[in-house]
Amino acid sequence: MAVASKLIENNFRMNRLPHIWCPGCGHGIIMRGIAEAIEKLGYDKQKVCIISGIGCSSRAPGYMDFNTLHTTHGRALAFATGVKLANPDLKVIVVSGDGDATAIGGNHLIHAARRNIDITTIIFNNNIYGMTGGQYSPTTPHGELGTTAPYGNVDNVFDICRLAEGAGATYVARGTVYHAKQLEKNIENALENKGFSVVEGISICPTYYGRKNRKGDAAEMMMNLKDTTLDKKVAAKLPQEKVEGKLIIGEFVNKSQPEFCEEYHKVVDKFTKED
Amino acid sequence: MISKNVKLMQGNEACVEGALAAGMKFFAGYPITPSTEIAELSAQRLPRVGGKFIQMEDEIAGMAATIGGSLAGLKSMTATSGPGFSLKQENIGYAMLTEIPCVIVDVQRGGPSTGLPTAPSQSDVMQAKWGTHGDHPVIALTPSSIRETYDLTIQAFNFAEKYRTPVFLMLDEIIGHMREKIEIPDPSEIEIFDRVAPDESEKEDYKAYDNSLEVPKMAAFGEGFRFHVTGLMHDEFGFPKNDTNVTEILMNRIMGKIENNLEDILLYDEYFTEEMDLLILSYGGTVRSVLSAVREAQREGKKVGVFKAKTLWPFPEKRIEELSKKVKKIVVAEMNLGQYFYEVDRVAGKNCEVSLLGKANGEPITPTEVLNKIEEVL
Repeated sequence: MAVASKLIENNFRMNRLPHIWCPGCGHGIIMRGIAEAIEKLGYDKQKVCIISGIGCSSRAPGYMDFNTLHTTHGRALAFATGVKLANPDLKVIVVSGDGDATAIGGNHLIHAARRNIDITTIIFNNNIYGMTGGQYSPTTPHGELGTTAPYGNVDNVFDICRLAEGAGATYVARGTVYHAKQLEKNIENALENKGFSVVEGISICPTYYGRKNRKGDAAEMMMNLKDTTLDKKVAAKLPQEKVEGKLIIGEFVNKSQPEFCEEYHKVVDKFTKED
Repeated sequence: MISKNVKLMQGNEACVEGALAAGMKFFAGYPITPSTEIAELSAQRLPRVGGKFIQMEDEIAGMAATIGGSLAGLKSMTATSGPGFSLKQENIGYAMLTEIPCVIVDVQRGGPSTGLPTAPSQSDVMQAKWGTHGDHPVIALTPSSIRETYDLTIQAFNFAEKYRTPVFLMLDEIIGHMREKIEIPDPSEIEIFDRVAPDESEKEDYKAYDNSLEVPKMAAFGEGFRFHVTGLMHDEFGFPKNDTNVTEILMNRIMGKIENNLEDILLYDEYFTEEMDLLILSYGGTVRSVLSAVREAQREGKKVGVFKAKTLWPFPEKRIEELSKKVKKIVVAEMNLGQYFYEVDRVAGKNCEVSLLGKANGEPITPTEVLNKIEEVL
């Protein structure tokens, strides 16, 4: 791990900090994980683009010292697709939230995965719409409360990782802000995958989701992440009853498949070489 | 000697040829009648010139990717029709506030809703002006022939690059699908404008939204400027600011860069306007019927002039007002139930009588209908 002050100095816009997130929010841990992974991989910061939509998570790029684009709600992946195809030399990272990526932006998520375009998507999943004040999202568990689910959420949840896998993503992992080092490793592996990668980072929102659903303060919510999750490798060795009801974290997909921009460039090369 | 390059071409094809001549290197879109040929021809032509084409998952994504392509440094275009134009509006507003040059072609068909997919209309005129929320700068061009489609597509790219703003090219189904002879100009005759880039020396302190310039210089992602772009109101470096003064300065500049350059942006043609009793104002495919009818009326000794708008927005307010003082009556002919008419009436109504020849049933306005209207008002 890099010395904190150095990591911040090297990767963040010092004059844009502090961030706007609430005390106890888990998002800073994921943002730091992205910076750690970029630094570890030694990417040229002039070639890194971080693109987001709208919501709490989507404010992250503004703090980060790269080429940064804060777009419209749900559309980050569509903007990112344009940037990446126009200049495949760029390392494109999309930062999104559970509502941004899987509700309003769900169509773009599945199609970016289907194309296997070389974009790394980090989904900050705090199970709620935080920026607008605590409405239920596609990852708010059934029965839990949100300001628009005052009698308990009657909707069902998306399993973001299974959705991404089913749609064709070639790297899929889930981590949590409690398991920060493991999450950072997932982000690193995602960045190194030549193709569409999704990392679901389970975050905490003590201000809205936690408070509404009596999950305790930030520290209690962090401990809850520890208690309710199981690593995929550990889970594989345990009897079913010990796995029941736990959220599995770890790498689910890591495979190599033809990447969209490279495939398109084969078409371009055919003509430029003929000429 | 330059040999003439004469072709028989459809409006949608001429649009792509013009775009390529202007330097288009990126197209992102979604299939929609009657604009689809623009996507098809772009898909065929772009990889041959080292450009990129992508068919996105929906209209919204088509607009978003177009903006992304432009930010990465390529001249970018998308094409659509009414329903898709509706879907694109939020991201169009994004491009206006973030000052990302691009061209949006709307081949207008009958609406509202799915309406008449294969029939002509000019009913997105007000949508071009007010489709996205908030006050915003608009440049919208509309051609009335195949050659003009070629020329105005180039012009649309040039305005987009020069003023760092999205530009609308409003075709109608008549122009989009009509085939006509076109003489393609030699590249040496075409003036191309490229966005002004910042100098190397500006890298450490690059102001992507420098308010001391009417149109700030634009870097591309990956060139070493590491700037921020947001659809929130922002300061000169592009970072969000929830500040009334910052907002006012930014809004005044993005509106001003259009309003202060009307001489450059307003394009129109006038016919028989030196001496006239009646002026017919029209644009796009409808102009063809108007000109045919007016030539007939002239032969009958009627003094009828024609104002053909090529720039729909900004509105050629000053010239319309001048002309309104020279005539007793103005007729606005358009394939809708009165859109440009209201704008003309606002400006000219105090000086002369303004009436509408409008139609929104999917049929073009015919020369006979124009002649009947001339009979009626003169």
